[in-house]
Amino acid sequence: MKYLDEYRNAEAAKQYLAAIAQITTRPWAIMEVCGGQTHSIVKYGIADLLPAAIRLIHGPGCPVCVTPVEMVNKAIAIAQKPGVIFCSFGDMLRVPGSDCDLLSLKGKGADIRIVYSPLDAVNLAADHPERQVVFFAVGFETTAPANALAIHQAATRDIRNFSALVSHVLVPPAIEAIMTSPDTQVQGFLAAGHVCTVMGFTQYIPLAETYRVPIVVTGFEPVDVLQGIYMCVRQLEENRHEVENQYARSATAAGNRHAQQLVSTVFQVSARKWRGIGEIPASGLSLADDYAAFDAERCFDVADVSTAESAECISGLVLQGIQTPLACPAFGTTCTPEHPLGATMVSGEGACAAYYHYRRSTPSPASPNSKEQQTP
Amino acid sequence: MCLAIPGLIESISGEAESRLAKVRFGQIAKEVNLVFVPEADIGDYVLVHVGIAIARIDPAQADKAFTYLDEIGATGKVDEESA
Repeated sequence: MKYLDEYRNAEAAKQYLAAIAQITTRPWAIMEVCGGQTHSIVKYGIADLLPAAIRLIHGPGCPVCVTPVEMVNKAIAIAQKPGVIFCSFGDMLRVPGSDCDLLSLKGKGADIRIVYSPLDAVNLAADHPERQVVFFAVGFETTAPANALAIHQAATRDIRNFSALVSHVLVPPAIEAIMTSPDTQVQGFLAAGHVCTVMGFTQYIPLAETYRVPIVVTGFEPVDVLQGIYMCVRQLEENRHEVENQYARSATAAGNRHAQQLVSTVFQVSARKWRGIGEIPASGLSLADDYAAFDAERCFDVADVSTAESAECISGLVLQGIQTPLACPAFGTTCTPEHPLGATMVSGEGACAAYYHYRRSTPSPASPNSKEQQTP
Repeated sequence: MCLAIPGLIESISGEAESRLAKVRFGQIAKEVNLVFVPEADIGDYVLVHVGIAIARIDPAQADKAFTYLDEIGATGKVDEESA
Protein backbone atom coordinates (compact mmCIF):
# COMPACT_ATOMS: atom_id res chain seq x y z
CA MET A 1 0.00 0.00 0.00
CA LYS A 2 1.24 3.46 -0.90
CA TYR A 3 2.81 5.44 1.96
CA LEU A 4 3.35 2.19 3.90
CA ASP A 5 5.26 -0.34 1.83
CA GLU A 6 8.02 2.02 0.69
CA TYR A 7 8.92 2.77 4.31
CA ARG A 8 9.63 -0.94 4.82
CA ASN A 9 12.35 -0.90 2.13
CA ALA A 10 15.39 -2.90 3.25
CA GLU A 11 17.94 -0.87 1.26
CA ALA A 12 16.80 2.43 2.77
CA ALA A 13 16.85 0.83 6.22
CA LYS A 14 20.40 -0.42 5.68
CA GLN A 15 21.52 3.07 4.60
CA TYR A 16 20.19 4.56 7.83
CA LEU A 17 21.72 1.78 9.91
CA ALA A 18 25.11 2.46 8.29
CA ALA A 19 24.68 6.20 8.77
CA ILE A 20 23.77 5.73 12.45
CA ALA A 21 26.84 3.49 12.98
CA GLN A 22 28.99 6.13 11.28
CA ILE A 23 28.01 9.02 13.54
CA THR A 24 27.73 7.16 16.87
CA THR A 25 30.79 7.74 19.07
CA ARG A 26 29.42 6.87 22.53
CA PRO A 27 26.46 5.30 24.32
CA TRP A 28 23.06 6.96 23.98
CA ALA A 29 19.68 6.02 25.44
CA ILE A 30 16.68 7.05 23.33
CA MET A 31 13.03 6.55 24.28
CA GLU A 32 10.45 5.85 21.60
CA VAL A 33 7.31 7.30 23.15
CA CYS A 34 4.62 5.47 21.18
CA GLY A 35 3.61 1.84 21.51
CA GLY A 36 3.22 1.64 17.73
CA GLN A 37 6.90 2.50 17.40
CA THR A 38 7.79 -0.11 20.06
CA HIS A 39 5.85 -2.70 18.09
CA SER A 40 7.75 -1.83 14.91
CA ILE A 41 11.14 -1.80 16.69
CA VAL A 42 10.60 -5.24 18.21
CA LYS A 43 8.88 -6.75 15.16
CA TYR A 44 11.63 -5.72 12.75
CA GLY A 45 14.47 -6.40 15.21
CA ILE A 46 15.64 -2.79 14.96
CA ALA A 47 17.17 -2.75 18.46
CA ASP A 48 19.48 -5.64 17.50
CA LEU A 49 20.53 -4.01 14.22
CA LEU A 50 21.63 -0.76 15.83
CA PRO A 51 25.15 -0.18 17.14
CA ALA A 52 25.50 -1.66 20.66
CA ALA A 53 26.00 1.89 21.97
CA ILE A 54 22.43 2.87 21.07
CA ARG A 55 19.86 1.66 23.57
CA LEU A 56 16.15 2.07 22.89
CA ILE A 57 13.94 2.50 25.94
CA HIS A 58 10.28 1.68 25.40
CA GLY A 59 8.01 4.52 26.50
CA PRO A 60 4.56 4.75 28.04
CA GLY A 61 2.72 5.56 24.79
CA CYS A 62 0.22 2.71 24.81
CA PRO A 63 -3.15 3.98 26.06
CA VAL A 64 -4.37 0.45 26.73
CA CYS A 65 -1.36 -0.07 28.99
CA VAL A 66 -1.57 3.17 30.98
CA THR A 67 -5.33 3.17 31.60
CA PRO A 68 -5.54 2.77 35.40
CA VAL A 69 -7.02 -0.42 36.80
CA GLU A 70 -9.75 1.54 38.57
CA MET A 71 -10.97 2.77 35.18
CA VAL A 72 -11.04 -0.82 33.89
CA ASN A 73 -12.97 -1.78 37.04
CA LYS A 74 -15.42 1.09 36.40
CA ALA A 75 -15.91 -0.19 32.84
CA ILE A 76 -16.61 -3.67 34.22
CA ALA A 77 -19.05 -2.27 36.80
CA ILE A 78 -20.95 -0.27 34.15
CA ALA A 79 -21.00 -3.14 31.64
CA GLN A 80 -22.69 -5.36 34.27
CA LYS A 81 -25.60 -2.96 34.77
CA PRO A 82 -28.93 -4.00 33.27
CA GLY A 83 -29.87 -2.35 29.99
CA VAL A 84 -26.34 -1.22 29.16
CA ILE A 85 -24.61 -1.80 25.85
CA PHE A 86 -20.91 -1.26 26.58
CA CYS A 87 -18.79 -0.39 23.53
CA SER A 88 -15.02 -0.42 23.33
CA PHE A 89 -12.09 -0.71 20.97
CA GLY A 90 -11.13 -4.38 20.87
CA ASP A 91 -7.80 -4.09 22.63
CA MET A 92 -9.35 -2.88 25.92
CA LEU A 93 -11.42 -6.05 26.34
CA ARG A 94 -8.64 -8.27 27.63
CA VAL A 95 -7.05 -5.76 30.00
CA PRO A 96 -7.25 -7.35 33.45
CA GLY A 97 -9.29 -5.52 36.05
CA SER A 98 -9.02 -6.47 39.71
CA ASP A 99 -11.41 -9.42 39.42
CA CYS A 100 -12.01 -10.06 35.72
CA ASP A 101 -11.79 -8.47 32.28
CA LEU A 102 -14.45 -7.21 29.88
CA LEU A 103 -14.04 -10.20 27.56
CA SER A 104 -14.81 -12.77 30.28
CA LEU A 105 -17.77 -10.62 31.31
CA LYS A 106 -18.98 -10.71 27.70
CA GLY A 107 -18.64 -14.51 27.85
CA LYS A 108 -20.98 -14.49 30.83
CA GLY A 109 -23.65 -12.65 28.84
CA ALA A 110 -22.98 -8.93 29.33
CA ASP A 111 -23.76 -6.88 26.19
CA ILE A 112 -20.24 -5.73 25.36
CA ARG A 113 -19.50 -4.81 21.77
CA ILE A 114 -16.29 -4.08 19.92
CA VAL A 115 -16.61 -1.02 17.70
CA TYR A 116 -14.29 0.17 14.95
CA SER A 117 -15.09 3.84 15.53
CA PRO A 118 -16.67 5.79 18.41
CA LEU A 119 -19.16 7.10 15.82
CA ASP A 120 -20.47 3.51 15.54
CA ALA A 121 -21.34 3.63 19.25
CA VAL A 122 -23.34 6.85 18.74
CA ASN A 123 -25.26 5.23 15.88
CA LEU A 124 -25.91 2.19 18.07
CA ALA A 125 -27.41 4.51 20.71
CA ALA A 126 -29.61 6.15 18.07
CA ASP A 127 -30.82 2.70 16.97
CA HIS A 128 -31.52 1.53 20.56
CA PRO A 129 -33.18 4.44 22.39
CA GLU A 130 -34.41 2.03 25.09
CA ARG A 131 -30.83 1.06 26.05
CA GLN A 132 -27.94 3.01 27.61
CA VAL A 133 -24.93 2.89 25.26
CA VAL A 134 -21.59 3.60 26.94
CA PHE A 135 -18.37 4.05 24.99
CA PHE A 136 -14.98 3.47 26.65
CA ALA A 137 -13.21 6.64 25.44
CA VAL A 138 -9.59 5.68 25.95
CA GLY A 139 -6.61 7.08 24.10
CA PHE A 140 -3.92 9.66 23.53
CA GLU A 141 -4.25 12.88 21.51
CA THR A 142 -4.55 10.84 18.28
CA THR A 143 -7.89 9.40 19.37
CA ALA A 144 -9.23 12.50 21.16
CA PRO A 145 -10.68 14.14 17.98
CA ALA A 146 -12.66 10.99 17.09
CA ASN A 147 -13.99 10.65 20.62
CA ALA A 148 -14.77 14.38 20.77
CA LEU A 149 -16.64 14.10 17.46
CA ALA A 150 -18.71 11.17 18.77
CA ILE A 151 -19.71 13.05 21.94
CA HIS A 152 -20.36 16.25 19.97
CA GLN A 153 -22.55 14.32 17.49
CA ALA A 154 -24.51 12.76 20.37
CA ALA A 155 -25.10 16.29 21.71
CA THR A 156 -26.13 17.84 18.38
CA ARG A 157 -28.34 14.83 17.48
CA ASP A 158 -29.80 14.91 21.01
CA ILE A 159 -28.95 11.26 21.65
CA ARG A 160 -29.30 11.22 25.43
CA ASN A 161 -28.84 7.48 25.95
CA PHE A 162 -25.17 7.77 24.91
CA SER A 163 -22.36 8.41 27.35
CA ALA A 164 -18.58 8.05 27.45
CA LEU A 165 -16.30 6.62 30.12
CA VAL A 166 -13.38 8.96 29.49
CA SER A 167 -9.79 8.00 30.24
CA HIS A 168 -7.77 10.24 27.93
CA VAL A 169 -4.09 10.94 28.45
CA LEU A 170 -1.61 13.41 26.95
CA VAL A 171 1.98 12.83 25.84
CA PRO A 172 3.88 16.03 26.84
CA PRO A 173 3.14 15.69 30.60
CA ALA A 174 4.35 12.07 30.43
CA ILE A 175 7.62 13.20 28.83
CA GLU A 176 7.97 15.79 31.59
CA ALA A 177 7.30 13.13 34.27
CA ILE A 178 9.95 10.87 32.74
CA MET A 179 12.53 13.67 32.57
CA THR A 180 11.93 14.76 36.17
CA SER A 181 12.16 11.20 37.51
CA PRO A 182 15.42 10.64 39.40
CA ASP A 183 15.69 7.22 37.73
CA THR A 184 15.50 8.52 34.19
CA GLN A 185 18.13 7.32 31.74
CA VAL A 186 16.54 8.92 28.69
CA GLN A 187 18.74 11.28 26.66
CA GLY A 188 16.56 11.75 23.59
CA PHE A 189 12.99 11.09 22.46
CA LEU A 190 11.24 9.84 19.37
CA ALA A 191 7.91 11.66 19.74
CA ALA A 192 4.73 10.01 18.51
CA GLY A 193 4.01 10.90 14.87
CA HIS A 194 0.24 10.53 15.00
CA VAL A 195 -0.15 12.42 18.28
CA CYS A 196 1.79 15.27 16.65
CA THR A 197 -0.26 14.98 13.44
CA VAL A 198 -3.23 16.05 15.57
CA MET A 199 -1.59 18.40 18.10
CA GLY A 200 1.44 19.71 16.19
CA PHE A 201 4.76 19.85 17.97
CA THR A 202 5.23 23.37 19.32
CA GLN A 203 4.32 21.99 22.80
CA TYR A 204 7.56 19.99 22.71
CA ILE A 205 9.88 22.95 22.16
CA PRO A 206 9.91 24.08 25.83
CA LEU A 207 10.45 20.44 26.90
CA ALA A 208 13.48 20.08 24.63
CA GLU A 209 14.88 23.36 25.95
CA THR A 210 14.15 22.79 29.65
CA TYR A 211 15.48 19.24 29.81
CA ARG A 212 18.10 19.67 27.08
CA VAL A 213 16.84 16.62 25.19
CA PRO A 214 16.45 16.26 21.44
CA ILE A 215 12.89 15.35 20.44
CA VAL A 216 12.28 13.98 16.94
CA VAL A 217 8.68 13.60 15.76
CA THR A 218 8.84 10.14 14.19
CA GLY A 219 6.64 7.79 12.16
CA PHE A 220 6.03 4.09 12.64
CA GLU A 221 7.49 2.10 9.75
CA PRO A 222 11.07 0.79 9.97
CA VAL A 223 12.59 3.46 7.70
CA ASP A 224 10.72 6.16 9.66
CA VAL A 225 11.97 4.84 12.98
CA LEU A 226 15.55 4.52 11.72
CA GLN A 227 15.53 8.04 10.28
CA GLY A 228 14.15 9.30 13.60
CA ILE A 229 16.93 7.52 15.49
CA TYR A 230 19.51 8.92 13.08
CA MET A 231 18.22 12.49 13.55
CA CYS A 232 18.17 12.04 17.33
CA VAL A 233 21.69 10.54 17.51
CA ARG A 234 22.98 13.31 15.25
CA GLN A 235 21.61 15.93 17.66
CA LEU A 236 23.06 14.10 20.66
CA GLU A 237 26.47 13.81 19.02
CA GLU A 238 26.39 17.51 18.10
CA ASN A 239 25.17 18.48 21.59
CA ARG A 240 21.94 19.96 20.21
CA HIS A 241 18.50 19.65 21.78
CA GLU A 242 15.90 20.73 19.28
CA VAL A 243 12.52 19.53 18.08
CA GLU A 244 12.84 18.04 14.59
CA ASN A 245 10.20 16.44 12.38
CA GLN A 246 10.89 13.15 10.63
CA TYR A 247 7.16 12.55 9.94
CA ALA A 248 6.56 15.66 7.82
CA ARG A 249 4.30 13.84 5.35
CA SER A 250 1.59 13.94 8.04
CA ALA A 251 2.74 16.00 11.04
CA THR A 252 3.16 19.77 10.93
CA ALA A 253 4.21 22.28 13.60
CA ALA A 254 0.65 23.51 14.04
CA GLY A 255 -1.07 20.13 13.72
CA ASN A 256 -4.71 19.76 12.73
CA ARG A 257 -6.46 22.91 14.00
CA HIS A 258 -9.95 21.63 13.12
CA ALA A 259 -9.39 18.59 15.32
CA GLN A 260 -7.81 20.66 18.10
CA GLN A 261 -10.80 23.04 18.13
CA LEU A 262 -13.33 20.29 18.68
CA VAL A 263 -11.14 18.55 21.28
CA SER A 264 -10.86 21.78 23.28
CA THR A 265 -14.63 22.32 23.01
CA VAL A 266 -15.66 18.86 24.23
CA PHE A 267 -12.83 18.17 26.68
CA GLN A 268 -10.88 20.02 29.34
CA VAL A 269 -7.37 19.29 30.60
CA SER A 270 -7.34 17.48 33.94
CA ALA A 271 -5.15 15.39 36.23
CA ARG A 272 -5.05 11.71 35.28
CA LYS A 273 -3.76 8.53 36.88
CA TRP A 274 -1.43 6.45 34.72
CA ARG A 275 -1.29 2.72 35.37
CA GLY A 276 2.10 1.87 36.83
CA ILE A 277 3.15 5.53 37.10
CA GLY A 278 0.57 7.26 39.29
CA GLU A 279 -1.22 10.58 39.01
CA ILE A 280 0.33 13.24 36.78
CA PRO A 281 -1.13 16.78 36.98
CA ALA A 282 -2.76 18.15 33.82
CA SER A 283 -1.90 14.93 31.98
CA GLY A 284 -5.27 14.02 30.55
CA LEU A 285 -8.65 15.08 29.27
CA SER A 286 -12.06 15.00 30.95
CA LEU A 287 -15.39 16.13 29.57
CA ALA A 288 -15.94 19.89 29.58
CA ASP A 289 -18.80 21.14 31.78
CA ASP A 290 -21.08 21.67 28.76
CA TYR A 291 -20.83 17.97 27.96
CA ALA A 292 -21.11 16.66 31.55
CA ALA A 293 -24.43 14.99 30.70
CA PHE A 294 -22.46 12.54 28.53
CA ASP A 295 -20.07 11.54 31.34
CA ALA A 296 -20.64 7.85 32.15
CA GLU A 297 -18.98 8.29 35.56
CA ARG A 298 -21.79 10.73 36.46
CA CYS A 299 -24.55 8.69 34.79
CA PHE A 300 -23.62 5.50 36.65
CA ASP A 301 -22.65 5.17 40.29
CA VAL A 302 -19.13 3.77 40.02
CA ALA A 303 -17.32 5.79 42.68
CA ASP A 304 -16.39 2.93 45.02
CA VAL A 305 -14.61 0.50 42.70
CA SER A 306 -11.49 -1.32 43.79
CA THR A 307 -8.01 -0.49 42.56
CA ALA A 308 -6.09 -3.66 43.50
CA GLU A 309 -3.47 -4.80 40.98
CA SER A 310 -1.27 -7.87 40.56
CA ALA A 311 1.70 -7.61 42.93
CA GLU A 312 3.75 -9.80 40.61
CA CYS A 313 3.53 -7.48 37.58
CA ILE A 314 6.35 -4.96 36.92
CA SER A 315 4.54 -3.14 34.10
CA GLY A 316 4.96 0.20 35.91
CA LEU A 317 8.73 -0.13 35.63
CA VAL A 318 8.45 -1.33 32.02
CA LEU A 319 6.26 1.67 31.15
CA GLN A 320 8.85 4.05 32.53
CA GLY A 321 11.67 2.29 30.70
CA ILE A 322 13.38 1.30 33.97
CA GLN A 323 13.02 -2.44 33.29
CA THR A 324 12.60 -4.48 30.12
CA PRO A 325 9.94 -7.20 29.84
CA LEU A 326 12.62 -9.91 29.85
CA ALA A 327 13.61 -8.84 33.38
CA CYS A 328 10.20 -9.84 34.76
CA PRO A 329 10.03 -13.28 36.41
CA ALA A 330 6.39 -13.63 35.36
CA PHE A 331 7.17 -12.89 31.67
CA GLY A 332 6.16 -15.81 29.47
CA THR A 333 5.43 -18.00 32.50
CA THR A 334 2.53 -16.83 34.66
CA CYS A 335 2.01 -13.81 32.36
CA THR A 336 1.23 -14.40 28.68
CA PRO A 337 -1.04 -12.64 26.13
CA GLU A 338 -3.63 -15.40 26.79
CA HIS A 339 -3.47 -14.84 30.56
CA PRO A 340 -2.00 -11.36 31.11
CA LEU A 341 -1.16 -10.09 34.60
CA GLY A 342 -0.65 -6.53 33.39
CA ALA A 343 -1.78 -4.31 30.56
CA THR A 344 1.62 -4.22 28.82
CA MET A 345 1.06 -7.92 27.99
CA VAL A 346 -2.38 -7.26 26.50
CA SER A 347 -2.11 -4.74 23.70
CA GLY A 348 0.00 -5.51 20.65
CA GLU A 349 1.58 -2.12 21.36
CA GLY A 350 2.53 -3.07 24.90
CA ALA A 351 6.23 -3.78 25.31
CA CYS A 352 5.63 -7.14 27.02
CA ALA A 353 3.27 -8.42 24.30
CA ALA A 354 5.65 -7.24 21.55
CA TYR A 355 8.56 -9.06 23.22
CA TYR A 356 6.40 -12.16 23.73
CA HIS A 357 5.40 -12.32 20.07
CA TYR A 358 8.71 -11.47 18.46
CA ARG A 359 11.64 -12.22 20.73
CA ARG A 360 10.90 -14.64 23.54
CA SER A 361 13.76 -16.96 22.69
CA THR A 362 16.51 -14.51 21.85
CA PRO A 363 18.48 -13.86 25.04
CA SER A 364 21.55 -13.32 22.85
CA PRO A 365 24.47 -11.03 23.70
CA ALA A 366 22.70 -8.35 21.64
CA SER A 367 19.49 -8.47 23.65
CA PRO A 368 18.33 -5.25 25.31
CA ASN A 369 18.94 -6.82 28.71
CA SER A 370 22.60 -7.38 28.14
CA LYS A 371 22.94 -3.99 26.46
CA GLU A 372 21.43 -2.43 29.53
CA GLN A 373 24.18 -3.91 31.66
CA GLN A 374 26.88 -2.68 29.31
CA THR A 375 25.57 0.85 29.07
CA PRO A 376 26.42 3.16 31.94
CA MET B 1 -4.05 2.33 19.57
CA CYS B 2 -2.70 5.36 17.75
CA LEU B 3 -2.53 3.26 14.60
CA ALA B 4 -3.49 5.31 11.55
CA ILE B 5 -3.45 3.99 8.00
CA PRO B 6 -3.03 5.97 4.76
CA GLY B 7 -5.75 5.48 2.20
CA LEU B 8 -6.87 6.94 -1.15
CA ILE B 9 -10.07 9.01 -1.37
CA GLU B 10 -12.18 7.57 -4.19
CA SER B 11 -15.39 9.53 -3.70
CA ILE B 12 -16.91 12.13 -1.36
CA SER B 13 -20.46 12.79 -0.21
CA GLY B 14 -22.14 15.08 2.35
CA GLU B 15 -20.93 18.27 3.98
CA ALA B 16 -19.39 19.57 7.23
CA GLU B 17 -19.67 16.99 10.05
CA SER B 18 -21.24 14.54 7.65
CA ARG B 19 -18.64 14.93 4.91
CA LEU B 20 -17.82 11.30 4.20
CA ALA B 21 -15.43 9.64 1.81
CA LYS B 22 -15.01 6.20 0.37
CA VAL B 23 -11.35 5.53 1.13
CA ARG B 24 -9.40 2.63 -0.35
CA PHE B 25 -6.80 0.72 1.68
CA GLY B 26 -5.40 -1.86 -0.73
CA GLN B 27 -8.19 -4.40 -1.35
CA ILE B 28 -10.50 -2.84 1.24
CA ALA B 29 -12.64 0.31 0.96
CA LYS B 30 -14.20 1.96 4.01
CA GLU B 31 -16.34 4.98 4.79
CA VAL B 32 -14.26 7.70 6.45
CA ASN B 33 -15.35 10.97 8.07
CA LEU B 34 -13.55 14.01 6.58
CA VAL B 35 -14.71 16.70 9.04
CA PHE B 36 -11.15 17.41 10.25
CA VAL B 37 -9.61 17.56 6.74
CA PRO B 38 -11.85 19.95 4.76
CA GLU B 39 -8.98 20.48 2.31
CA ALA B 40 -8.92 16.80 1.29
CA ASP B 41 -10.28 15.94 -2.14
CA ILE B 42 -10.79 12.95 -4.41
CA GLY B 43 -7.39 11.51 -5.35
CA ASP B 44 -5.73 12.63 -2.10
CA TYR B 45 -4.31 10.22 0.43
CA VAL B 46 -5.53 10.74 3.98
CA LEU B 47 -4.32 9.27 7.25
CA VAL B 48 -7.25 7.45 8.87
CA HIS B 49 -7.64 6.67 12.56
CA VAL B 50 -10.77 4.88 13.91
CA GLY B 51 -12.83 5.86 10.89
CA ILE B 52 -11.84 9.53 10.89
CA ALA B 53 -9.23 11.24 8.70
CA ILE B 54 -6.71 13.18 10.80
CA ALA B 55 -4.45 14.50 8.01
CA ARG B 56 -4.03 14.82 4.28
CA ILE B 57 -0.70 13.22 3.40
CA ASP B 58 1.72 15.69 1.84
CA PRO B 59 3.18 13.96 -1.23
CA ALA B 60 6.02 16.51 -1.45
CA GLN B 61 7.22 15.52 2.03
CA ALA B 62 6.69 11.79 1.58
CA ASP B 63 9.90 11.12 -0.36
CA LYS B 64 12.12 12.98 2.08
CA ALA B 65 12.89 9.86 4.11
CA PHE B 66 14.74 8.58 1.04
CA THR B 67 16.55 11.78 0.10
CA TYR B 68 17.35 13.08 3.60
CA LEU B 69 20.84 11.58 3.91
CA ASP B 70 21.87 12.91 0.51
CA GLU B 71 20.36 16.29 1.28
CA ILE B 72 22.15 16.86 4.56
CA GLY B 73 25.38 15.69 2.95
CA ALA B 74 24.89 17.96 -0.04
CA THR B 75 24.03 21.06 1.94
CA GLY B 76 27.14 20.66 4.10
CA LYS B 77 25.18 21.12 7.33
CA VAL B 78 27.09 18.24 8.92
CA ASP B 79 30.69 17.19 9.00
CA GLU B 80 31.93 15.03 6.13
CA GLU B 81 32.03 11.88 8.26
CA SER B 82 28.42 12.40 9.33
CA ALA B 83 26.97 12.55 5.85
